[in-house]
Amino acid sequence: MVSDRPATSPHSASNPGDLGANRPMLSPLQVWDLTVAYQRTPVLWDVAFQVEPASLVAVVGPNGAGKSTLLRAILNLIPRTSGKIQIFGDEFSAQRRRVGYVPQRESVDWDFPVSVLDVVTMGLYREIGWLWPVRKQHRARAMEALNQVGIADLAHRQISHLSGGQQQRTFLARALAQNADLYLMDEPLAAVDAATELAIIQQLRAMKQQGKTCVVIHHDLQTVPEYFDSVLLLNMRVVASGPVAEVFTPENLQKTYGGRLTLLDEVSSAMRRQEKLL
Amino acid sequence: MIGPSVAWVATETSEEWLVALWRLLTLADYNSRVVILGTALLGCAAGVVGSFTLLRKRALVGDAISHAMLPGLGIAFLAATLSGGDGRSLPILLTGATISGLIGAAAILGLRSTWRLSEDAAFGIVLSVFFGAGVALLGVIQSLEAGHAAGLEGFIYGKTASLSWTDLMAIISAAAVALLLCAMYFKELALLCFDQAYAESQGYSKWWLDGLLMSLVVGIAITGMQAVGLILVIALLIIPAAAARFWTHRLSRQVLISAGIGMAGCFGGGMASALLPNLPAGAVIILACAILFLFSLMFGSAQGMVWRAIRRWQWQQIMLRQHLLRAVYEQAETKTSGPEIAGDFEVRIDVADLMISRSWSKPLLERLVDDAQREGLVTRIGFQVALSRSGWVQAKRLTHQHRLWEMYLITHADVALQQVDRLADDIEHVLEPSIIHELEQLVQGRTVEVAKSPHQLPEPS
Repeated sequence: MVSDRPATSPHSASNPGDLGANRPMLSPLQVWDLTVAYQRTPVLWDVAFQVEPASLVAVVGPNGAGKSTLLRAILNLIPRTSGKIQIFGDEFSAQRRRVGYVPQRESVDWDFPVSVLDVVTMGLYREIGWLWPVRKQHRARAMEALNQVGIADLAHRQISHLSGGQQQRTFLARALAQNADLYLMDEPLAAVDAATELAIIQQLRAMKQQGKTCVVIHHDLQTVPEYFDSVLLLNMRVVASGPVAEVFTPENLQKTYGGRLTLLDEVSSAMRRQEKLL
Repeated sequence: MIGPSVAWVATETSEEWLVALWRLLTLADYNSRVVILGTALLGCAAGVVGSFTLLRKRALVGDAISHAMLPGLGIAFLAATLSGGDGRSLPILLTGATISGLIGAAAILGLRSTWRLSEDAAFGIVLSVFFGAGVALLGVIQSLEAGHAAGLEGFIYGKTASLSWTDLMAIISAAAVALLLCAMYFKELALLCFDQAYAESQGYSKWWLDGLLMSLVVGIAITGMQAVGLILVIALLIIPAAAARFWTHRLSRQVLISAGIGMAGCFGGGMASALLPNLPAGAVIILACAILFLFSLMFGSAQGMVWRAIRRWQWQQIMLRQHLLRAVYEQAETKTSGPEIAGDFEVRIDVADLMISRSWSKPLLERLVDDAQREGLVTRIGFQVALSRSGWVQAKRLTHQHRLWEMYLITHADVALQQVDRLADDIEHVLEPSIIHELEQLVQGRTVEVAKSPHQLPEPS
C-alpha cells in the first residue's frame, strides 16, 4: 500500500507536518500516520500534521474529505486503523479534560426537552462527577459561558425554540464551560447568521489570547485568511498544512478541491467491490 | 389460577357494585391492594425508564427484548424439569427469560452491524423468530404432563389478578432499584440521550451507559411480564413516556409526568378490570394508558393539539388585524398627499374601499373592524373608519416593515414585483426588531420612519 501513496503527499509517517515543529512548547495536537477506515473503506490516509499552541487552525476540504472523521478519530470516538495521536505530548485519554468538543449542530435532536442552561451545564458533568447533582456554582459558570457567547438572556429557553445561530452558540458555550485548552469544532460557522459568526469569531480570538488552541472545520474559503492563523487542507489525505500565508495558495486549493484523487478513489471503490464479493 | 380477568369483585346489584367500588377505591381488599399497588409501582418505574429509552430513540429495543424472553422461559422450564428440579420456580424462569432476552438484543445488534441489515428488518426478524420459537416451545411444554399445570402462558398475557404478595415484593424491589438508578445516573443518562458523541468525547462509556439503560429495560420487562404480560409490557415503557412529551419541555418534569401517567394508567386499568368482569387486566391497563395518551395528545399543555390550534387561531387573528391596520393606513396615505400624513391619522376611509384592497369577505371585514374598534385601534363612523392614535402608531410600524421587506425582496432577492406583496405578507409578521434594523441598513442605508411602497416607485429595470 505504501508504494501506492500519492506522490503529492508531503509527509512521511515519522515526520509530522510543518506547523512550527521546532517550537519548544508542547504542541496541543500532533498526528502521525493516521489512517481511518469505515467498513474497510479508507476515509483518511496517512494523515500527519501538528498544531501550534495558541493558534486558530482551519480544517478545509471538500465534502467527504474526512474532516469530521479526523476530529472524531482524534477524540477516540471511532477506531483508527493505524496512526498515533498526541494531545499536549500525551495520550488523549490522559488529557481528555483539556480537550473541548463542539459537535456538528445537526448531530443532535433539538426537540430534546432541555433548556439552554441545561445543555451548557453538560460541559461540566465530568467535573461535577458521578452521583452529584448540578449545583449553584455550576449554573453560575454555565451562565458565564453563555455570557461569553452573548446569549445569557436565552438561558432558560427551550432548545427547540432556538434559531440555528443560537443553537451553535449554545454548543460553543457548553465547550467553553469546560474551560479546555484545545478545542475541536465541527463546522461552528455553518449556516449561522452574520451576528453569530461575528460573536463566535470574537470568542475564538479571545480564546487564542488566553493561550487556547482551536481546530475548526471551516467551509467558507473566503474567510479563512481573515479568521485563521494556519490551515490544514484535507482531502482524504493532507494536501498541505501550515501558516495560512504559506499554505493557502490557489495551487494547493486546486489540489484539494479540483480533480478528484483518482487513485485513492479507485482503490477505495475496489475495496468496496471486494467487500461485496466476500 | 384465576385467569387473566380480575374476577375478585363479584357484583350482583348496583348497591353491591357501589360497595365493591368503595372497597376497591379504599384498597380494602387484600387482593386488590396487592394488585393495584403492584401494577401502579410498575407503571411508575416503567414511565421513568421509558422516558430515557424514548429520548434515546430506542423505544423498540424493549419490545424486541420482551418478545425474545419467551423461549428463555420455555427452555428454563424444560431444563429445570428434566434435571429433576421445579420448573415453576420463578427465579429459574426469570433467569432463563433474561438470558434469552439479552441474546435477542445482541442478535439485533449483530444483524445490524455485521451483516448491515437495516434496523427495522433486524427488529422484525429477531422479534418474530424468538417469539415464534417461544410459542412452539410452550406447545411442547403443554403436551408434557408436568408442563400442563405450569401456567407459562400467563407470562404472555400477564396474570394481573393472581399477583401474590411475593410478586408484589418483587415488583416493589425492582421498581425501587430502577428508580434509584435513574435518579443516581440522571444527568449522565440525559447526556447520553441528548448527545452521545459529546458524552463519549467527555469520557463517558457509551457501552456502560447504554448497558445500564438496557438493563433497566430488561428489569422492567421481567417484572412487568407477570403483571401485564410480555407482549403488553412494552406499552408501559412507551405510552406514558410519549404522553408526557405533550406536557413539558423539561426533562425532569418529563420523567415525573411519565411516571405519573404510568402509575395512573395502571391504577385506573386495574380498577376497571376489577369492576367489569371478564376484562383481562393487562389489556385494560394498556387501554387506560392509551386513553391518558389521547388526552395528553389533545390537551397537553406543551404540545397538545387543542392549545396548538388555539395558538394558531390567535396568530391568524393577529395577522388579520395587522392586515386591516395596514390597509387603512395605505388608504389614508393615498387620500392625503403622499406619505406626509404624519399626525394626520384621522383620515376617514370607506369600508367599501377597504374591501377592494384585500380579498376579504364582507362579514370578515366587518368583524375585523369591530374587533379593532374594541381594541381601540380604529374608530368607526357609519360606513367609514379612521385610525386611533395607538392604531396609527401600530399601522405605521407595520406598513414600514412590510415595505422594507418588499424592498429587500426586490433589490436583494430578485423577486418579481408582482410576487412581492404576497411574500411580504407572510414574512412581515415574524420580523424581529434586529432584523428590521438590518433591513433598514441594507435597503436604505439609514433608518427612516416609513419606507416608500415599491409599488409606487418606477419599476426597476
